[in-house]
Amino acid sequence: MPTVSMTVNGKSVSAEVEPRTLLVQYLRESLGMTGTHVGCDTSQCGACVVHVNGESLKSCTMLAAQAEGADVTTIEGLANGDELHPMQEAFRENHGLQCGFCTPGMVMSALDLVQKNSDPSEQEVREWLEGNLCRCTGYHNIVKSILAGAQALKG
Amino acid sequence: MYQFNYQKAGSADEAASAVTAAEDGRFLAGGMTLIPTLKQRLAQPSDLVDLAGISDLVGIEDGGDSITIKGMTRHVDVANSDVVQSKIPALASLADNIGDPQVRNRGTIGGSLANNDPAADYPAAVLGLNATVITNTREIAAEDYFDGMFTTVLEEGELITAVRFPVPEKAAYTKFPNPASRYALVGVMVAQTGGDTRVAVTGAGQDGVFRAGDIESALSGNWSADAAKGVKMSDADLNSDIHASAEYRAHLISVMASRAVTAAG
Amino acid sequence: MTGTGIGASVKRVEDQRFLTGNGNYTDDINRPGQSHAWILRSPHAHATLKSVDTSKAEKADGVIAIFTGADMAADEIGGLPCGWQIHNKDGSPMLEPGHPPLAHEKVRYVGDQVAIVIAATRDAARDAAELIEIDYGVLPAVIDMDSALAGGTLVHDDVPNNRCFDWEIGEKDAVDEAFAAADHVVSIDLVNNRLIPNAMEPRAAISDFDRSTSQYTLFTTSQNPHVIRLLMGAFVLQIPEHKLRVVAPDVGGGFGSKIFHYAEEAILTWAAAKVHQPIKWTAERSESFATDAHGRDHESHAELALDKSGKFLGLRVATKANVGAYLSTFGSSVPTYLYATLLAGVYTTPAIYAEVQTVFTNTVPVDAYRGAGRPECTYLLERLVTKAAREVGIDPVELRKMNMIQPDQYPYQTPVALMYDCGDSPATFASALKASDYAGFEKRRAAAEKSGKLRGIGISTYVEACGIAPSAVAGALGARAGLYESAQVRVHPTGSVTVYTGTHNHGQGHETTFAQLVSESFGIPIDQIEISHGDTDQVQFGMGTYGSRSLAVGGPAILNACNKVIDKAKKIAAHIMEADVSDIEFADGKFTVAGTDKEMAFGEISLAAYVPHNYPIEEIEPGLDENAFYDPLNFSFPGGAHICEVEVDPETGDSEIISFTAVDDVGRVVNPMIVEGQVHGGLAQGVGQAMLEGCVYDDNGQLLTGSYMDYTMPRADDLPNFSVATQSVMGASNPLEVKGVGEVGAIGSPPAVVNAILDALAPLGVEDISMPATPLKVWQAIQESSVRQAAE
Repeated sequence: MPTVSMTVNGKSVSAEVEPRTLLVQYLRESLGMTGTHVGCDTSQCGACVVHVNGESLKSCTMLAAQAEGADVTTIEGLANGDELHPMQEAFRENHGLQCGFCTPGMVMSALDLVQKNSDPSEQEVREWLEGNLCRCTGYHNIVKSILAGAQALKG
Repeated sequence: MYQFNYQKAGSADEAASAVTAAEDGRFLAGGMTLIPTLKQRLAQPSDLVDLAGISDLVGIEDGGDSITIKGMTRHVDVANSDVVQSKIPALASLADNIGDPQVRNRGTIGGSLANNDPAADYPAAVLGLNATVITNTREIAAEDYFDGMFTTVLEEGELITAVRFPVPEKAAYTKFPNPASRYALVGVMVAQTGGDTRVAVTGAGQDGVFRAGDIESALSGNWSADAAKGVKMSDADLNSDIHASAEYRAHLISVMASRAVTAAG
Repeated sequence: MTGTGIGASVKRVEDQRFLTGNGNYTDDINRPGQSHAWILRSPHAHATLKSVDTSKAEKADGVIAIFTGADMAADEIGGLPCGWQIHNKDGSPMLEPGHPPLAHEKVRYVGDQVAIVIAATRDAARDAAELIEIDYGVLPAVIDMDSALAGGTLVHDDVPNNRCFDWEIGEKDAVDEAFAAADHVVSIDLVNNRLIPNAMEPRAAISDFDRSTSQYTLFTTSQNPHVIRLLMGAFVLQIPEHKLRVVAPDVGGGFGSKIFHYAEEAILTWAAAKVHQPIKWTAERSESFATDAHGRDHESHAELALDKSGKFLGLRVATKANVGAYLSTFGSSVPTYLYATLLAGVYTTPAIYAEVQTVFTNTVPVDAYRGAGRPECTYLLERLVTKAAREVGIDPVELRKMNMIQPDQYPYQTPVALMYDCGDSPATFASALKASDYAGFEKRRAAAEKSGKLRGIGISTYVEACGIAPSAVAGALGARAGLYESAQVRVHPTGSVTVYTGTHNHGQGHETTFAQLVSESFGIPIDQIEISHGDTDQVQFGMGTYGSRSLAVGGPAILNACNKVIDKAKKIAAHIMEADVSDIEFADGKFTVAGTDKEMAFGEISLAAYVPHNYPIEEIEPGLDENAFYDPLNFSFPGGAHICEVEVDPETGDSEIISFTAVDDVGRVVNPMIVEGQVHGGLAQGVGQAMLEGCVYDDNGQLLTGSYMDYTMPRADDLPNFSVATQSVMGASNPLEVKGVGEVGAIGSPPAVVNAILDALAPLGVEDISMPATPLKVWQAIQESSVRQAAE
């Protein structure tokens, strides 16, 4: 089996995997990093969103081999010890999560939004979340969290 | 997914030879359709040839009265391109509304056109703007390129290296999305290029993208929203499914065309 | 004061782990030596299994074992049981055909389990499954309820006309008399659309068998692990409770769909003892669509009798409910006792009669989904009342007001079994009208018209019954289990506390809300309190989380256990402080002797309980660890008013919700932040049902909405910011005075949305539309109306 190497949350990692291994399987099964979730098989739910080379994408729709040499950030890479990243903190503060399953993808997607648009409107946030499904919150508090997170990151 | 071999190509030629040499090779561009297809076990290629490392296939060139977008250029880069935004804003806006942000960060124009999903957006741009599809072996006029649902005239081992869009006088794309998938239930590109009026429709046709001749005729004499809306499209050869009847799609084509005309100015 | 007691919007304690990727969902768990399963499922809706040949597949790479229905039958494995027995009008019991975990001899829906392939990896198991050769004898499928009731094709040979039962409630004669005396009769035919639950975490399970102890362990995505242990252990696999541990760790949403005992749980547990290694299975989303129990799916005809003034005299309802191919765990109770017992709604209708037929079809089983029966009832009533207002010519607000149960009428005995303990529907209705600026609507309608949009406003006033349930009542109605809840409050020597609850937290925030109860009770901050749930080896017993019961039933169990702790602690304090126990007072975490300055902190007493050097050892045992079981006196009855405003684009049929106002009476609110979040989520699912979501099978039983490509999940840009508020009459049937909030959003909202769309379309002559009111359906309704009007 070929070896696939990349940097995940700042650490160099390497594992032998079948070519058909998805990036999300590599993260969850080879590396044991189970913060990134799989909620669908048609690339629509967004529970698996991670950053690859600084941009959000769905790790269920990318082969691990395609991420060879890439710099990957997952939900596990955001907090500084027990201190939450400002976007994570905004979700906590605004009750932006319930069951928590979609949350890692929501947070990672939100971070890509605010790096492209530091002051998004409510409508822009709602449109950006087209690729992230949540069944618990009705999105109300997710949107509120992302708007608050954006402001916090602007400082 | 079934097992397959994964290869990375360094150039378009290398990629083409690799696909041709394989028992059942497929190019892997952004993978936004191919990987989900493989996950569902709906395809079983022997080899995937990844085009991601080929720098020649990425970029947008301003040719004055045309724009050339290389095959592996992502939707997000088309949407954010200054050149595209200033010369063909309809195309930038179309790219900005393909799928979701993660799809746009990964999906490519070449991949989308090679797949020719009947509800994809880019086919409407290519046909509506009368673009030319450039492959490693030839140039194909928009008119000749599409060959029915999920089918194109691309030969085995033929790779889209770029798409050349003439700059229109005015153009706009309006989409009524499928509520579930958010693909186009009906998407209409209207354009005036060099005095020629084109109206291309995606999402609606049984054979994929097509030109709405009746609306083109109506608009040729009278470029107005009302002219477009006044055309009663035939529902023959239109798709009918749980999301939209053929009749509804026919109606939406006129409505979307009229709104596109308004947007194009 | 701790600041973390009842009434505080305490930030959730569970969020830290979810936000950092440290949640522990079933698929995150791996057991040493684990194998992986792929379940081979039927591609046909109805077929005999003429032969199943696994020989080629068994030789495939990595395969450990393959089992079929024949193997389970040979082991005399039982069928999946139904937890609620309903009786027919003639008193005979419902028909309960067998439900084998792995189909044997026949498959009855697309997705029915045919074989389990256990292999070294999931891909290897799936690869091998394709080598299994099955000879299906394809039979005609029966999908719609009318065809099913006509007989012909039978889903189960021993169920004539595919009718599971034919049930009634209420006084038929009294209703007939009311209709005979009526000035107006308004009737309506409604479909309550079939929904697919879609918790974001797909179902998953890991089974294990320890040969040294003969102990089985099942990790599963369940809302009620003890119920799974009971049903699977006692009815399916004959494993006694002490040999079976069921763990439901972090669960990514349930909405009802994870209440039920599913076949995969039994298949994996059984197979683990055969292969002597752990087996893991995780559903693909496609499998979730095809095999998670669906919700709703009713067809009803209803008639309302009114007098000249508009007073409701009688209500007559006939409903057909689809139960799918097999009876799921609570499939029989949803369209009966959770539905028709609420047909009084918030109104004083004196005579009500309902009959319900349940029907087997070649579709996945139908069972409880957020609201379960109550959304179906509310939709029927609120569409019917709105239609009555139009037909009789009375304003819909006034018609509701004049028929509403008044606050001084509680407790209110309805004609359909339930007795509402308390409430004030006129108050929540008045607040919602005000908050939504109902009075100013016509101005907004006129403004919308100028931009080519049709604006409409819709009302829904509702009551629901939750806090499920008083066991004696449920038992008398056919429930095969008690529905109490249990709690254990373990105070540790240094004064921190672990609470074991039999309810299950899968998004509701129990780890915070329940800790607030304990914080309030003991006067200690919530960081000293841990809420533990989900493991049958840790938690003494429990009935789990559904029917908005966790706080209303599980909460008092915790409170009672806390009170037992305090009672015991007072005795310890009295001994140490040399006072009479009747003089010991406890407040803000301190035990004091009345009239003195003597005091001991909570932690000092707990330490004394575990280090009993100076202790009333002759009177009480050491330790500070108490259990309580709580069975409620009555259901609780949340209610409220929902008002929706929409704009419809008449050219495309596209509708947009402009505003949504909900004022709900949920009794005492422990954590306002969490309560609001629960309402938001329920509203989204209600709006989803009303405008977006609908399960479609074709005539052959193939699921046409089997993925997010075709099943419309509400997305962020489909929904507005909701305006929600609570306005409560404190609950009267439990000591916490809570009512339940998990389901109200999904129960009240669908008719508000549809009534708003119909109001918008009324100027075009549209009188009816079915859910989901998609752009296609709205456009078609407009076309049909214009054709009809042209003909007139």
